[in-house]
Amino acid sequence: MREVAILGVGQVPVREHWDRSVRHLAADAGRAALLDAGVAQVDGIYVGNMTGGRLNHQRQLGAVVADALGMWGVEAVKMEAACGSAGSAMRQGIIAIASGEMEAVLVIGVEKMTENGFPQTTAALTTAADADYEIEQGVTFVGLNALIMRRYMYEYGYERRDFAPFALNAHANGAKNPNAMFRQPISMETYDNGRIVSDPISLFDASPIGDGAAALLLVPAEKAPRAVRVLGSAVATDTLAVHDREDPLSLKASELSVQRAYAQAGVGPADIDLFELHDAFSVMAALSLEACGFAERGEGVRLAQEGAILPDGRIPICSMGGLKARGHPVGATGLYQIAEATLQLQGRAGAAQIDGVDIAMTQNIGGSGATIVTHILQK
Amino acid sequence: MEVSRHWRLQEQRYKLVGETCDNCGVKLFPPRDVCLECEAPAQELYTFTGLGEVFSYTTIYDAPAGFEHDAPYMVALVKLDEGPVITAQLTDMSEGDVEIGMPVEMVTRKLRTDGEEGMIVYGYKFRPALAAV
Repeated sequence: MREVAILGVGQVPVREHWDRSVRHLAADAGRAALLDAGVAQVDGIYVGNMTGGRLNHQRQLGAVVADALGMWGVEAVKMEAACGSAGSAMRQGIIAIASGEMEAVLVIGVEKMTENGFPQTTAALTTAADADYEIEQGVTFVGLNALIMRRYMYEYGYERRDFAPFALNAHANGAKNPNAMFRQPISMETYDNGRIVSDPISLFDASPIGDGAAALLLVPAEKAPRAVRVLGSAVATDTLAVHDREDPLSLKASELSVQRAYAQAGVGPADIDLFELHDAFSVMAALSLEACGFAERGEGVRLAQEGAILPDGRIPICSMGGLKARGHPVGATGLYQIAEATLQLQGRAGAAQIDGVDIAMTQNIGGSGATIVTHILQK
Repeated sequence: MEVSRHWRLQEQRYKLVGETCDNCGVKLFPPRDVCLECEAPAQELYTFTGLGEVFSYTTIYDAPAGFEHDAPYMVALVKLDEGPVITAQLTDMSEGDVEIGMPVEMVTRKLRTDGEEGMIVYGYKFRPALAAV
């Protein structure tokens, strides 16, 4: 198998883009990545997207995006794994290059979710859960994470406020990222006043929806010796429903995918300088840190309290705002994470730049942990 | 309408019919035909008692389409006495009453209405166990 490199990065700022449709957002990010790479044509396009069919009345996004980019005839297909869609598209792009089947691949994550009513958007997102045994009970995605967070607090003796360092770090870092949806730091007082969405989760322990698209141009590493290299790439799955897990406080798919990625890369947690994790909810950030070997079980929140997740900490996370402040256009998120990690490795992260990042890891979570995608990158 | 979908789930919704593993005896709900413990086929039907305890709980304030008129409502992970954990709404109690470990029992209630002229979907919810009150 050939080693894969990231030659170009393109991002659309996460916003409410009233003037851009799902196809325009995807094409904007795709063109930006092509321009960044100095490449005009590709052999394949993989698009990550979750809700286009339901919220935008548009499926077949592979062909839609190829058409919008003027690349008629090219092989193109959409990958869907709920919030893990873009990470899954990246994985397919890597397989296509590594296998020798393709020489240049464009991977694009896109989501357009701000033009529908709140109940419609919530219902569309909830389709990532078990239709017959979770959704039919009226539980939402926030609700599922609230159930996990309450149990986490109960088993390990935390208060709701103990999770605040995740939100404070994300918002402080998002303020330095021009593509972030929210660009103001928040105070502890702001956190405390956050409206409860699904007890114990308040607005500040949940990420915002948004419109966005992020893209990467992938090539064989042998053709781009100075580009950021992909050291590890792995997807793992778990039971779809939270209630079917032997231990709802353990992300088994995270453990499996990170162990596979560590093995491919020949590295371990101590070698990771930056971790762009999936903080759709603060409790997911804690569980991800634990599953990936940065904290013992139940210690993920403590790690945040100790400041280890800050830009100058032992394992910085959400360096450009994370899902919490950059925003969470669900099917695009996995590629925002990889785009941000790439910019950090290249020293192109601007005000959000972290010094000394040699190896970065990203983890993209679909649903409440049923699909988890891990990537490890090196400059 | 999805009539056949709701008809197909009636044994689970109204009676908590799950399965038991032929190999290791583990009880499964929802039924999934394969054992979560030993991966052996598990297709023998088993009707749960409907007794269990609250494993975790939350209140939904921002409800998805179809449930807007019920908000706020409580949802829990309920650990059934036979082992499995299921997701279900709590009923006949207020927010202040619920706590982790509280004994609960299954009752049949209206889950949602499928629009003005659609069908009314019934299924299991859990209330405080009467024997324990």
